[in-house]
Amino acid sequence: MSDRKKRHRPPYIRVLMLALVTAMTFQSSQAADSVTTPVPDTLTWTVPFGVGGGTDVWARFMSHWVGESLENRPAIVINNVPGGGSITGANLFYSRARSNGAEMIVTSASTQYPAMLKDPRVRFDYSRWTPIIAAPTGGVVYAQSSMGGDLKEVLEHLRQHESKFGAQTPTGLELPILLAFDMLGLQVDPVFGMRSRGEGRLAFERGEAGIDFQTTSAYFSSVTPLVKSGQAVPLFSLGVMNDDNVIVRDPAFPDLPTFSELYLAQPGTRRDDMAYQVYHKFFASGYALQKLLLVPKDIDASLLATYRDAAKKLAENPEFLEAARQRIGPYDPVTGDVAARQLEAAMQMSQTRRQWIVDWLKQKHGIRVVTQ
Amino acid sequence: MLESMLSGVGQILTVSHILYMCLGVSVGLLVGIIPGLGGIAGMALLLPFLYGMEPGLALGMLMGMVAVIPTGDTFASVLMGIPGSSSSQATVMDGFPLAKQGQAARALSSAFLSSLCGGVIGALILTVFILMARPLVLGFSSSELFVLTMLGLAMVAVLSGGQLFKGIAACGLGLLVGAMGTAPATGEFRLNLGVEYLFDGIPLVVLGLGIFAIPEIIELMIQKSSIAREQAGLGKGWKRGVQDVWQNRGLVARCAGIGSIIGTIPGLAGSVVDWLTYGYASRTVKGEKHFGQGDIRGVIAPESANNACACGAMVPTLLFGVPGSGTAAIFLGGLLLLGLEPGVSMITTHLDLTYNIIWSLALANILGAAFCLILARPVAQLTRVPFALIAPVITMLVLFAAYQATRSLGDWYSLIAIGAIGLLFKQAGWSRPAFLIGFVLAPGAETYFYQSIQFNGLAGFMRPGVLIILLITALALLYPLGKKLLARRRDTASEKVETTSVVERTQATWGVVDVILVVGMLLIAALSWYDVRDISFIAHVFPMLSIVFLGGGALAVALQIRTEGAIRVEQPALQELCWLAGLLMVIVVASVLGFVSTAALGSLLFLTFVAKARWLTIVLITLGIVAFLLGMQSLLSLHYPSGLLDALVFSGP
Repeated sequence: MSDRKKRHRPPYIRVLMLALVTAMTFQSSQAADSVTTPVPDTLTWTVPFGVGGGTDVWARFMSHWVGESLENRPAIVINNVPGGGSITGANLFYSRARSNGAEMIVTSASTQYPAMLKDPRVRFDYSRWTPIIAAPTGGVVYAQSSMGGDLKEVLEHLRQHESKFGAQTPTGLELPILLAFDMLGLQVDPVFGMRSRGEGRLAFERGEAGIDFQTTSAYFSSVTPLVKSGQAVPLFSLGVMNDDNVIVRDPAFPDLPTFSELYLAQPGTRRDDMAYQVYHKFFASGYALQKLLLVPKDIDASLLATYRDAAKKLAENPEFLEAARQRIGPYDPVTGDVAARQLEAAMQMSQTRRQWIVDWLKQKHGIRVVTQ
Repeated sequence: MLESMLSGVGQILTVSHILYMCLGVSVGLLVGIIPGLGGIAGMALLLPFLYGMEPGLALGMLMGMVAVIPTGDTFASVLMGIPGSSSSQATVMDGFPLAKQGQAARALSSAFLSSLCGGVIGALILTVFILMARPLVLGFSSSELFVLTMLGLAMVAVLSGGQLFKGIAACGLGLLVGAMGTAPATGEFRLNLGVEYLFDGIPLVVLGLGIFAIPEIIELMIQKSSIAREQAGLGKGWKRGVQDVWQNRGLVARCAGIGSIIGTIPGLAGSVVDWLTYGYASRTVKGEKHFGQGDIRGVIAPESANNACACGAMVPTLLFGVPGSGTAAIFLGGLLLLGLEPGVSMITTHLDLTYNIIWSLALANILGAAFCLILARPVAQLTRVPFALIAPVITMLVLFAAYQATRSLGDWYSLIAIGAIGLLFKQAGWSRPAFLIGFVLAPGAETYFYQSIQFNGLAGFMRPGVLIILLITALALLYPLGKKLLARRRDTASEKVETTSVVERTQATWGVVDVILVVGMLLIAALSWYDVRDISFIAHVFPMLSIVFLGGGALAVALQIRTEGAIRVEQPALQELCWLAGLLMVIVVASVLGFVSTAALGSLLFLTFVAKARWLTIVLITLGIVAFLLGMQSLLSLHYPSGLLDALVFSGP
């Protein structure tokens, strides 16, 4: 545009044109390959759980660090939408969230499991979301030390005598644990209706429950003293998932066997038998990827790349890792493509496997699960 | 230990600590005074500051907020009859009648003073108790928790006075409504009518607002007077309230004690404690009683208990990481965010922080109550304003509060449904607290009964703790009976002394509303039975039991009317129901146009045509409502139903 031409136009036309051009750049930036879409100034994270819960605390912790690792330091607003054990909020996000990159959702095992079981209330679909960062967790099963001094004795006791386990819901975080008990032939009778894992631990401390399970951070703060005082004896950890989707020893509990080790040591068991396959699925989606930060899959590709780069950078930031270790345990976050691949594999539940777990719940615990 | 105590004192008596605490206290009062917000909103306000703060300071700020919520919510329950949170429901029972008698300042000042005393006593008890609380918390197995819910249910008999069967039916209905949603034992859905909103059951705040606030608002609308009908002596009440607390210092101390002990028991939410102490006060105080019609002791008892309970609730939160109340659950989240893991370490390595928490609680209680005491006198003048002028404000506040429960339109529709029940109950003299108590205790009663049977079998009911609580329950139930027998032997004329919460009627009466309620309850019982007949045994045994209470109570009321030759009385309800239908229309309009526009338009129309106010008043009140709603929206990032008009006029942030 030459100077002479410019002079002929009235100034307001120039302003208008400028505005138009700017508007068009914003509109068409998705099409333009060379231009990376800027990160919005405000990101809204939907947390489908109440304030102060485990997932909410994780989200608030992460929002601080994710905000710092993005160049423009966006403000991150946490929007708690509790209800229906996280199904309400996830449904709402699924139907309302725009794919502009400013809206994200934080989910947990209790969001993943109903989706895998095709709960009739679930209207969201994980295949339309993609993870930015995920936090794994581990956990330990422990029992009253009155049952025996070492692992073998306690397991033998648990096989002979019925003992109680305080659980929240049949299809919640404890589902793979219940499955594990059965796969080891332990006679564990779950008592449902606990409002948190903490209440389950309280029932154990009171002596009402004979066996209990806690995730890593709660185990360190609340169960280690019980082990030291001789009231509790740890049995096995759940292990962690390595990059080849194989469950290996938990770095937090190097001396404790994993459930997989104990199970596969039993005669007649294989990695590809039905029970282990189903357990593996629920472990992958509920523990290996327990907490997830997701965005709609169809956001701008360059923006997704920006977020994933930030997550990758964060996963290498020693300050973050130090802070995360204190709260989550010694587990490195899973980011980007790895998380996406693992999530996809975990969430794919064949009809036969789903039917198998539904039948198992019915026969073993008399629980009727309604599926779509 | 002494060292930790001193270090705790050192931590809280620094300028920065007190400053942060004042910030916490002001946030706590703000969210406490505005009905429906409570600890969750307060936490949302404070959380952004929390991360990376020095733990000692952050704890002071958090405690300041948590401690004063049960103080601030008294304003709405006394002045407007709106139970803003679960801890202020029993306060409404006598606080609002006192306000109607022109004694709002008295009720408020004694409520705040009781809160202060309760909070400080609670903190003092906690100082020593926290060191040895572990065995007590562990001593309460699911069996003890179950019989404690039974003790709570026994309060129904205490509070329904002469109308026992109506009380039982009301409680049965409460239990049934409380059982809506998901069966705790199996996760099966029940009684939800296929409505997704009901999968989680009706929120407590919505139920409290519907059962208490809606009928009162409608009554005031019809009477078209100010809240305080008797205008005399409004200003003098302040001093009298202080005297009331002094005269009842024994009651304050006992209720604070009960509050802090009940608070330490995890799982029994603070909502029981105010009813327990209310029932306790109505049973044990001497002299002339008129509970339910403005007895100051009905305000003092729950108010001293609920602040103490907030202290007690810290015990399971800090020692076991199991929160004792809703607010404590939020506090727990704050602790985790600060990197503090609750557990035994809180009384070993972190004992100084624990004392910091406890004494911050005491200090915050003093600060909060002092602030409220100063506010009480001017704010009490609100009850003199003609009700028609503040009706739009109160209606907007109730809708605002109800919608914050789950932020779904379902909150509003259940508010109207529960409001209808409350209205009919009020007109026919059925016990509304009985309904609320049934609702509050339903989940606990069911879960703990099931867990107790599973864990301990029938032997669980022979535990010493269980027997002690059962004995207390029996005493609470039989006390008036024994007293009646004694009194009858001594003097038949002393009947008047026994009058408890409800006016004792010598002659049974009945009216149209009674008939509607009995028939309606029998219908609900039948339909509920039909709904739960197919689900598994452990999921339907509790609703069945509630149905037995509901149906049995309703039938007994019907029989009583038939056999005892009851006199028919007028029970007007048509006009009231029309007002309720009007409110329903407001809700429908609000969901189409948007809440803010509807509140503004509604206020304009109402003030112009019904209240016939001056134009300046109209404009000021309407602007005030809009400013409040928009201010809250941006401050707390709240959401309202945004309809067609809101999207155009008030596009939120």
